[in-house]
Amino acid sequence: MAQIEKSAPNDPATGLIAGLRNWFTDRAPGFDPVYRKHMTEYYAPKNFNLWYYFGSLALLVLVNQIVTGIFLTMHYKPSATEAFTSVEYIMRDVDWGWLIRLMHSTGASLFFVVVYLHMFRGLIYGSYQKPRELVWVLGMLIFLTLMAEAFMGYVLPWGQMSYWGAQVIINLFGAIPFVGEDLTEWIRGDYLVSDATLGRFFALHVIALPLVILLLVVLHLGALHEVGSNNPDGVDIKKVKDPVTKIPLDGIAFHPYYTVKDLFGTAFFLLIAAFILFFEPTFGGLFLEHDNFNAANPLVTPEHIKPVWYFTPYYAMLRAVPDKLFGVMIMGGAVLILFLLPWIDRSPVKSLRYRPLLHTLLIALFVVAFAVLGWLGMQAGSTTQTWVARVLTIYYFGFFLLMPFWSQMGTFKPVPQRVTTHD
Amino acid sequence: MTDLPIARPRTVRRGLAALLLALAPGFAAASGDSALQPSFTNITDQASLQRGAALFMNYCSGCHSLGLQRYSRTAEDIGLTEAQMMQNLNFGEAKFGEQIKSSMDPADGEAWFGKAPPDLSLVARSKLGGPDWAYTFLKSFYVDESRPSGWNNTLLPNASMPNVLWELQGLQRPVHAEAGEGAAAHVEKLELASPGRLSPEEFDRAARDITTFLHYVGEPSALKREATGLWVILFLAAFTLLTWVLKKEYWKDVH
Amino acid sequence: MANQEVNTGRRRFLTATTAVVGGAGAVVAAVPFIKSWQPSARAQVAGAPVTEDISKLEVGQRLIVSWRGQPVWIIRRTPEMLAALPSLDERLRDPKSDNPDQQPEYAKNAHRSIKPEISVLVGTCTHLGCSPRFVPELLPQPFDADWKGGFYCPCHNSRFDLAGRVFQGVPAPTNLKVPPYRFIDDNRIEIGVNPEGAA
Repeated sequence: MAQIEKSAPNDPATGLIAGLRNWFTDRAPGFDPVYRKHMTEYYAPKNFNLWYYFGSLALLVLVNQIVTGIFLTMHYKPSATEAFTSVEYIMRDVDWGWLIRLMHSTGASLFFVVVYLHMFRGLIYGSYQKPRELVWVLGMLIFLTLMAEAFMGYVLPWGQMSYWGAQVIINLFGAIPFVGEDLTEWIRGDYLVSDATLGRFFALHVIALPLVILLLVVLHLGALHEVGSNNPDGVDIKKVKDPVTKIPLDGIAFHPYYTVKDLFGTAFFLLIAAFILFFEPTFGGLFLEHDNFNAANPLVTPEHIKPVWYFTPYYAMLRAVPDKLFGVMIMGGAVLILFLLPWIDRSPVKSLRYRPLLHTLLIALFVVAFAVLGWLGMQAGSTTQTWVARVLTIYYFGFFLLMPFWSQMGTFKPVPQRVTTHD
Repeated sequence: MTDLPIARPRTVRRGLAALLLALAPGFAAASGDSALQPSFTNITDQASLQRGAALFMNYCSGCHSLGLQRYSRTAEDIGLTEAQMMQNLNFGEAKFGEQIKSSMDPADGEAWFGKAPPDLSLVARSKLGGPDWAYTFLKSFYVDESRPSGWNNTLLPNASMPNVLWELQGLQRPVHAEAGEGAAAHVEKLELASPGRLSPEEFDRAARDITTFLHYVGEPSALKREATGLWVILFLAAFTLLTWVLKKEYWKDVH
Repeated sequence: MANQEVNTGRRRFLTATTAVVGGAGAVVAAVPFIKSWQPSARAQVAGAPVTEDISKLEVGQRLIVSWRGQPVWIIRRTPEMLAALPSLDERLRDPKSDNPDQQPEYAKNAHRSIKPEISVLVGTCTHLGCSPRFVPELLPQPFDADWKGGFYCPCHNSRFDLAGRVFQGVPAPTNLKVPPYRFIDDNRIEIGVNPEGAA
């Protein structure tokens, strides 16, 4: 039986709180060590910069999506005849329904802003390198699940873009040889995108995929805490520890230092999010597309079908390839190749700060290529645009496929023993 | 929470959004040669909303429903009492809390016009260009004897809809551009051939009023949204400052 | 680690202030979610007041109207029916309508209505929700030899008089509810709205 701590209360409240705490730790002794391991005695590098906010922000947005999503599900009707009007019902007739809906739609787009920036941090600081390959793989699985979750979520309002976007993406599976046709019919649950499709997407979006995401996030954070966080200098802080306490000299307790810093990050992020939500929720037609304010009509194909902005880079790659199956493989490959980063990056140095200028240049070009591909994916398309998309797709794949070579090229700067800060 | 009389021109907000994302897609018009005319709608202008509502009910609601918009909500937002709303702007059997439905049977509409007149609840949001589309559409009718209704529209070529506002606007006739070899001459611009009851400026204002009303109907919560937003942002700015100070205080420990 | 003294007082103050301000923000942020549970505009329209014309309602007859999903009875009572009401007082649980939850202030009287001859009652037994039968005849009944007219609930034998007052010795605990209602004019009743100036 565990020793019950005797406290010396100088006021009844302290005694009560201590008493409650003892009651709890007597019965669940494992909770306290877990709290210490992951919060007050998790030593994170002290040189985290701007790029290190996005993990906690992603968690914040996830919570937002779940809470607002639960409340939307109270009023939304997942049937082909009622879905569209039920969303307008939420916007007009439900008290504060408009706010809950806009929190969800703004959050969905901001989720991808945050996640892309979070992944980019991994790229520039080599966070996926040994021993954090598992953290990266789990993160990539979250990314894949998130893409599916977002795709299905966008179908639910059953507007023209919802319907026809679903139509196009599901039809891609038809490209798979032999099983393609049957597979698309199985996915749809019907001979065309219909109420059957909507029903299953609703179930997957509301409960199945969120559970998967939650599980993966727990594993992702667990895997991270097993090995400890990377940092902008790519220095292993565990190499230099205090001889007595064994605490890394460049480490600081996550709580209170990073809880308080992430609280600030949260506040600032909410400020930006609020500005978008309350004053420009459609974000120029990027977050809420105009054609989705037309109810789905299977008989009228929109002039211009395009996915939501966060999928457009991949969509541009798909359209750049003249062959359907090969195009699908390229689009899928563009996402899947990211899984391989820990093994194709052969740089002896983790952080871009100590890598050759060549690496910075190539990564900068990669960002530009990805952004321009994103823009191209939103356009109606033209011959010139297709050629540009092809060139950029080749660059995108070249960046990864040739990485085993270029990641070892150039003059590397000496990596310091200790982290650098701007004190 | 008080509703503050903020009038933010749409163009200013759009510019800000474009700044935040430099790669935003173009806002130019989609179809046809006609670029959209800016509507400058201001949904905080209650007088404009009231005039627009009256014009809509008188000229448009015979064929077009606003099936997502309730009379009660409209009255509350545009500053009318229940009596004023139901006596002046309700031409059907609907109760005060019910939605605005046209008296025309959609089946009849399809028979008479070839296509049932669509519900206009979301017309200001569902078209590329937003309210500017509706505004330009109302102004772009011209006389075309070759069409069954006798009317055509440069923004929506071969539209089945007649120009219900012709008495106010007058009659516009097309000026065709030089036709190329084998190509049909397209309409370069429209000219007012005979005047209506309103001058061109007055008609523009009427079209703007209808558009403003439709802009409001597209998202009635927009008024509350902006008013609430101001307070939320003020709070969050203060809270951000507070968390910054708190962070700075704790990080004094870190060297 | 610290070079300077930790100003614990300042830290506690700032932490507490941030917690309070943040907590207040969280509470305010929760309000829209809680309010979203209120009846929506659609529910309010469906639950809107119902107007009924009683010009054709004959003496001794009952009209049934639906309001907010409930059956509402409008009965035109005879003078005999009204005269018999006071004689039942001893046999009733709540003859003076003392329970304020069962009727508006303006229906707290001997006939439990605005006009004596028109009774407006929610036709749901206050026991477990069945809809009682209308037994208007002032004649002996199998369930009551001294019946002066009223309502009999077949589910568990609860009985109410023609003012909706519940008898003693039956499972139903309270009188039938009187809904809010008003007379627009002599021939029209609006159910769901109180008369001007009334509670």
